[in-house]
Amino acid sequence: MGILVLCETDGGQPRKSAFELLGKAKALGLGPVTALVLGPADVTSLGGHGADAVLHYDNAVLASHSTGTAVKAIANAVAATGASVVLGSASNVTRDAFPRLSARLGAGLAVECTDLRVAGGKLVGRRPVFAGKALVDVKVQSAVALFTVRPNSFPVAASTGATAPVTTGDGGVSGSDVDVKVVQTLAPESKQVDLTEADRIVSGGRSLKSKESFDAVIRPLAAAVHATPGASRAAVDAGFAHHGDQVGQTGKVVNPSLYIAMGISGAIQHLAGMRTSRIIVAVNKDPDAPIFQFATYGIVGDLFEYAPLLQAEFQKTLA
Amino acid sequence: MKIGVCLKQVPATDTRVIINPTATGIVTNDVKWEINPYDEYALEEAARQKTAGKGTEVVILTVGGAQTEQRLRDALAKGADRVVRIEDAALDGSDALGYARALAAAAKAEDIGVLFCGRQAVDGDNGAVPAMIAEILGWSQVTWIDKLGIEGTSFTANRAAGGGAKEVVTGSLPAVFTCDKGLNEPRMTKLPDIMAAKKKPIVVKNLDALGLSAASVAPVVVEDAMSLPPARPAGRKLTGDAPSVARELVRLLREEAKVI
Ligand SMILES: Cc1cc2nc3c(=O)[nH]c(=O)nc-3n(C[C@H](O)[C@H](O)[C@H](O)COP(=O)(O)OP(=O)(O)OC[C@H]3O[C@@H](n4cnc5c(N)ncnc54)[C@H](O)[C@@H]3O)c2cc1C
Ligand SMILES: Nc1ncnc2c1ncn2[C@@H]1O[C@H](COP(=O)(O)O)[C@@H](O)[C@H]1O
Repeated sequence: MGILVLCETDGGQPRKSAFELLGKAKALGLGPVTALVLGPADVTSLGGHGADAVLHYDNAVLASHSTGTAVKAIANAVAATGASVVLGSASNVTRDAFPRLSARLGAGLAVECTDLRVAGGKLVGRRPVFAGKALVDVKVQSAVALFTVRPNSFPVAASTGATAPVTTGDGGVSGSDVDVKVVQTLAPESKQVDLTEADRIVSGGRSLKSKESFDAVIRPLAAAVHATPGASRAAVDAGFAHHGDQVGQTGKVVNPSLYIAMGISGAIQHLAGMRTSRIIVAVNKDPDAPIFQFATYGIVGDLFEYAPLLQAEFQKTLA
Repeated sequence: MKIGVCLKQVPATDTRVIINPTATGIVTNDVKWEINPYDEYALEEAARQKTAGKGTEVVILTVGGAQTEQRLRDALAKGADRVVRIEDAALDGSDALGYARALAAAAKAEDIGVLFCGRQAVDGDNGAVPAMIAEILGWSQVTWIDKLGIEGTSFTANRAAGGGAKEVVTGSLPAVFTCDKGLNEPRMTKLPDIMAAKKKPIVVKNLDALGLSAASVAPVVVEDAMSLPPARPAGRKLTGDAPSVARELVRLLREEAKVI
């Protein structure tokens, strides 16, 4: 019975995603909610966001993610709490650990859900498939069910100020459980907010013609509106931008408030990666470009003419 | 050491999605099938590791019907030596765990020492099967790699961490790697390779041949109620001379859309 919520931390504090999950878990009403924290961290805020209890595996071995230690510790937490549902945020940690946990426990898994609801006493996950071209309900029939949820799927309520009892332990893991070991962390190539977390994105396509013009046109325009630069696959394949900058079905799936597409045709694979953006602006010289079917605001025109004009207007407005 | 590659056939990424009458999947009559794009990186990596002397043979493992064989021939032309295709009626309605059990059993039977998979299959977008295989076999795994070096039984790989960061990790084989864009540039096929691929063996195995029962691949996950995402409200085109259009757009973004 009950829900176990894997609460990831950053710099010793729970991530925002942990509060999202705890709030939702509590609202689902499927029994007691236990927050699981791996590695040393400050866990005092979890009770105020919906945790009835905190299980803190305060073990330094768990501070850096290794598949071997994480999976073993989470499996031990499932056994200790008797939880029938395990929730985690969709992240590099859960994409590594949850499928493995699924195989270890014979527990069904639904990844990257964007909504959760209870039907007939069971949790149902709703998730995008085909890069968001369709949505599907996922029902898990095993005794234990595992779900990961995309960040920002649920709101975070203000803390109630409640405190939850904390049980500490070592998670039953030690250094000998580390299999794949992190030897170095490389900082992101750019200092900008990562595309997947960006609130504003300005993307350029093949029409930019060269890396030099991509750098001279798209990057300053993005900077003017405090956006992260992105690119179509055609632009990435032509070497104008880095692999990590690609938006689309085989690039990054993004969800900003503002997405500005400069000289991008709007191929189905590109749309798949950005169609949920709240406001989409398209500048394209072809009035029939498919991107216009998705654009909130469309401008038919030459991007090389519009980019400097927009850049100046943004600078004026945001100054 | 033998090198394995898991290849899945998926609808081409430009497929227009039409939901089937039971809302359990999409209509596939007119679908063009392709090798999952991320599996192309897995295949290329396997072929390169073999060329670099890290393995003796590249074996493709796949769960799928006879209609996948043309795409498998294409893959054989890109540096693989043979295919084990797993087909069984019990796998038709299976789930990620079921496919993983079948693929893990095949990897074991083939005595594979390193297995390359795609980061995710772009139909279900799960990214679950490879780590499940690793767990079933008791192997290490590294997900979303864009760099790999193998020395003897040790490896060093770069994997994606959160927020655009990368982690350099080390471990030892046997292991499963899931391959991301940027790991390599998949090759184009040349005519002699296509000709040679016609003679390479494709062996078909059912669950029985892999020592698995139908019950062991019975699904624990069921998908239904598939629907299309809500349509976007119609947008509008701004017209006029360029400077006033630019000014108007920025005004709308601030005052109407309230995003800046
Ligand atoms: C397996 C697979 C996966 C794929 N995954 C992705 C993906 O993840 N992301 C992705 O983006 N694509 C992806 N694609 C590629 C996709 O199909 C398109 O080829 C690509 O998105 C096109 O990029 P583009 O819009 O920059 O170029 P084009 O389609 O060439 O469009 C250029 C556009 O710029 C306009 N233009 C030209 N000059 C100007 C100018 N001066 N001013 C204004 N407008 C101008 C043109 O009218 C045109 O609409 C994938 C394809 C395949 C087969
Ligand atoms: N039916 C299958 N046959 C062969 N390989 C598969 C199959 N399903 C998944 N895989 C492998 O597992 C990876 C991830 O798939 P998935 O977990 O379905 O997103 C794919 O890129 C393939 O390498």
